Amino acid sequence: MSSKRFCLPDPKAAITDELLMQHIERGSRVIDLGCGDGRLLQRLRDEHDCSVQGVELDLDELLACVARGVPVLRADLDHKLDGIPDDVFDYAVLSQTLQQLRHPTTILTEVVRVAKRALVVVPNFGHWRVRYQVVWHGRAPVTSELPYEWYNTPNLHFMSMRDFRDLAERLNIEIAQELPIIRGSAHERAWLANLRAESLLYLLERKAVAT
Amino acid sequence: MTDEQPSFDPDHSVGFVETQFATLFESPNELVLESGAKLGPITVAYETYGELSPEKDNAIFVCHALTGDAHVAGWHDAKDRKPGWWEDFVGPGKGLDTNRYFVICANVLAGCKGTTGPMSVDPATGKPYGLHFPFITVGDMVAVHSELVRHLGVDRLLAVVGGSLGGMQVLEWVARFPDQIRAAVCLASAARLSAQGIAFNVVGRRAILSDPMFKNGEYYGEPEGPRYGLALARMVAHITYLSEVSFEDKFGRRLQQGDRLQYNLEKETEFQVGSYLHYQGKRFVERFDANSYLCLTHAMDYFDLAETYGSLEQALGRTNARFLLSSYTSDWLFPTTQSRELVSALLNRRKDVTFVELESSKGHDAFLLEIEPLQRMIEPFLEQTRAGQ
Repeated sequence: MSSKRFCLPDPKAAITDELLMQHIERGSRVIDLGCGDGRLLQRLRDEHDCSVQGVELDLDELLACVARGVPVLRADLDHKLDGIPDDVFDYAVLSQTLQQLRHPTTILTEVVRVAKRALVVVPNFGHWRVRYQVVWHGRAPVTSELPYEWYNTPNLHFMSMRDFRDLAERLNIEIAQELPIIRGSAHERAWLANLRAESLLYLLERKAVAT
Repeated sequence: MTDEQPSFDPDHSVGFVETQFATLFESPNELVLESGAKLGPITVAYETYGELSPEKDNAIFVCHALTGDAHVAGWHDAKDRKPGWWEDFVGPGKGLDTNRYFVICANVLAGCKGTTGPMSVDPATGKPYGLHFPFITVGDMVAVHSELVRHLGVDRLLAVVGGSLGGMQVLEWVARFPDQIRAAVCLASAARLSAQGIAFNVVGRRAILSDPMFKNGEYYGEPEGPRYGLALARMVAHITYLSEVSFEDKFGRRLQQGDRLQYNLEKETEFQVGSYLHYQGKRFVERFDANSYLCLTHAMDYFDLAETYGSLEQALGRTNARFLLSSYTSDWLFPTTQSRELVSALLNRRKDVTFVELESSKGHDAFLLEIEPLQRMIEPFLEQTRAGQ
């Protein structure tokens, strides 16, 4: 793999955790879907006094949560989250996970069902270097830290900022905030965001039903 | 459950243990049963392993399943054919580590292994209770366990652990004595027995009741009890503890002798699977009492946490205990959907809940057999609970 090659952000990057922590109110009830080893939830519990719940499919990661004292449910995010009631959480977190699922629409509908607000972090396939790489070198983007190639990457779906907006609209999900993440920090507004953001942080809410 | 033989390793076993007895609910403090009847005094057979810490913060109660007993681990004497029923899970360095925890297990009320039950003598008649033993519920079993814990000088248990009917006791414990436990570990269980589960119990009881040797439950002292009925009940139940795949894996269509069908209508154990079930039935009769089997399966049928307490949320909502639940992919007696109902109620009440569906082909019995993943889960869970998480 060429070192010059553009890489998608590492899902495990602590920098994303920091961003998410900033956007979750203290004392909230938070569910992290695809929580990995429970690192973010442990911090939210210990530093932000949150009541936390993890969801993870991988047994080793799940056991790491148990070892941190983080409660966790084993579930496959490609299926409906049976057993998780409506609206019991203040925030649902879906960080660098959406692009790895076979059915992104299922989980997006579920996150706004189980929580009042959802924080979703996705890589931006519209980034200029991705476009440059695809067009100029004819090479697909891969993840930075992990030795994946296009044929074994966990990232199944690539979307850009504009694509995501379209999908949210179709699923009747409100984008309350859209924060481009450029060089590791989130911006309220950014010039040419769809070209410059390596990832996006979305704050999603269910659209109010007209009565 | 099934009579799988665990291997005995003297370096990793609690070794020789003795069953102990306590007398509780003596007059005038008889236990008021859920049916309204009073029962007392009650003898409880129990075993303990490990040492109670000076802070008394390391006690774990194990609730046994339908046909278990107080003898969870270790050996009663050198001639024992087998160690306790959860030898692989309870002992030094094991899932319930007796180097760190004080483990208690008691035979359930209405059981036949030392605790007051239908085999006990009814003080009113001087004869064994038999079918005159009062109707016992899971709630009544837990009332006795809970009293035993107090009797042993433990105010608060670190955890209550159980699978199947034992898991039902764990859930009932949470509902009845929400402040007595810090963690609830409920394996391959449910808040109620399914209609299909009741159906199998109905067939098992019919087998016992229709055995001519049953004699309305008054077979004690007779040369022979309802052996055939009880064995048949066990054979039927045993099928529900395995899965289609585990039957295939264990036996397939293999024959017991030779490799040819004998075209003989009188042959009952031509297939290995038939021979196995007959063997299980025979062994069971040696160790279990038919009246007790009737009492305990009835208790299991009656168990319905939501019905008793109004809703699952009301039943489970009053505790601050942490929960660890597991189900197994091939368990069709207590399927995963039933564990998810519990998870849902616990989340509604903001409880600390960890739920893991584990892959296994071993059916309902997986909770007794798939020790490694269970140990990996429960060790950090107990550690965190004790640390105050």
